[in-house]
Amino acid sequence: MYVAVKGGEAAIDNAHSLLADRRRGDRSVPSLTLDQIAEQLALGVDRVMSEGSLYDRRLAALAIKQSRGDLIEAIFLVRAYRTTLPRFGHSEPVDTGAMAVERRISACYKDLPGGQLLGPTFDYTHRLLDAELEGDPEIPAGATRDGPPEAVTRIADILGAEGLIEEDFPATGQPGDINQTPMEFPLSRAMRLQSLSRGDEGFLLALGYSTQRGYARSHPFAGEIRIGEVEVEVFLPELGFAVAVGRVKLTECQMVNQFKGSAKAPPQFTRGYGLVFGQSERKAMAMALCDRALRAQEFGEDVVAPAQDEEFVVSHCDNVQATGFVEHLKLPHYVDFQAELGLVRTMRAEYEAGLGAPAVETPPTIEIREAAE
Amino acid sequence: MRVLALSDAETLRSRYAALGAEPPHSLLRGPETGLVMLRGRIGGTGEAFNVGEATVTRATVKLADGSVGHAMALGRVPEKVRQAAVIDALCQDGARATLIDAEFIAPIEQALAQADERRRRETAATRVDFFTLVRGED
Repeated sequence: MYVAVKGGEAAIDNAHSLLADRRRGDRSVPSLTLDQIAEQLALGVDRVMSEGSLYDRRLAALAIKQSRGDLIEAIFLVRAYRTTLPRFGHSEPVDTGAMAVERRISACYKDLPGGQLLGPTFDYTHRLLDAELEGDPEIPAGATRDGPPEAVTRIADILGAEGLIEEDFPATGQPGDINQTPMEFPLSRAMRLQSLSRGDEGFLLALGYSTQRGYARSHPFAGEIRIGEVEVEVFLPELGFAVAVGRVKLTECQMVNQFKGSAKAPPQFTRGYGLVFGQSERKAMAMALCDRALRAQEFGEDVVAPAQDEEFVVSHCDNVQATGFVEHLKLPHYVDFQAELGLVRTMRAEYEAGLGAPAVETPPTIEIREAAE
Repeated sequence: MRVLALSDAETLRSRYAALGAEPPHSLLRGPETGLVMLRGRIGGTGEAFNVGEATVTRATVKLADGSVGHAMALGRVPEKVRQAAVIDALCQDGARATLIDAEFIAPIEQALAQADERRRRETAATRVDFFTLVRGED
């Protein structure tokens, strides 16, 4: 039975204006500007772009402001906005090898071409709160170092030269797109990666962590992590060639796993790959761990853990979907609940009749009715 | 077109204004904002996959002499893209293109290169120089 109910219009309107009031907070405190959010909460903006699956710093900053800093709400806003825009096409695959690197580290090789470049990292900080930041201290510009530019060689190219790592095979044809086609399992690795790249950081982090703790038995090396800007090129049919349309900041992670070989492949290193919008090392690493775990069947490994189960990981990694289903529980379920209430009352009556005595104290109204009967 | 796309909207606006009167033109398309799907490659060099979308704005303009110019740039930047398309249309004339390259494009390109170099040198300052500690075993 479906019963339409109306009401609450004024309550909803007032709730929204109360929300606007609380969002703004104390009016004697200056309002946040989008520039402030984009510049000083840059990693929050990166997360909203990554999980909102839309690269636009200003929109992400606006979403953070509107959502009062609730990043999943901000991601939801960005996803919703995205659906209002037409799709013009796709870019050429970006070349992360040509990235203007801002950070690049490898846990495999100490001395590798290009070196270990720490960049703007939280690593090696002492995680002590800085009381000075309660104010607005003068911050000097970053130090610089002269010297000729040096190519920052990929780890995969170094291991690839020896033939000790699985090769990438450039495939022809269009990769599937989870935005335009409903997901059907099993997915191609390309579609899986698209889904992981916009997946919830916390979910992927927990799953990645589980693979390290023994739920899938993974002992990878962070072959390389690089963060920096790449140029985006789009093919314009009116010109007949691809032109650069701008730059985006990306984080890439190559995880390297030992593999003892199979009937088809000799012993070698295998790879897990992570690529996400913005500066988000934790997410890129977690994505790479999940990518490798999800390749279990490809390598003939036993599927024994949640992180290896494609349907489990991909179906639950999207925080907009997850929040929609979890939070729908707060919508009115009055009729459903009345039905269940009736059912439980009946069952309880049967139970008590069978037992011969009430199991718990019954409310007085029922007692009165029973007495009347 | 690359330099025009990479240039920030403010730089382009001020340089465009410095050109003097805007050449009369009609808009054949846009400026309109939409999405492009950004692609990467699995493992960096393998099969292409879709990473996520980006906002992008495009425009096509036509000058009074019939030259057509196109522009596309990341972001929601209608003014920037319209101006870039006008510059592109002006560049359809060979002699004008040489002049625009020298007077308009080259300075922006130089500023971009300087900013890139500055960032590269900042990153270079965070490069780890390993040294080996001498162990007292001999």
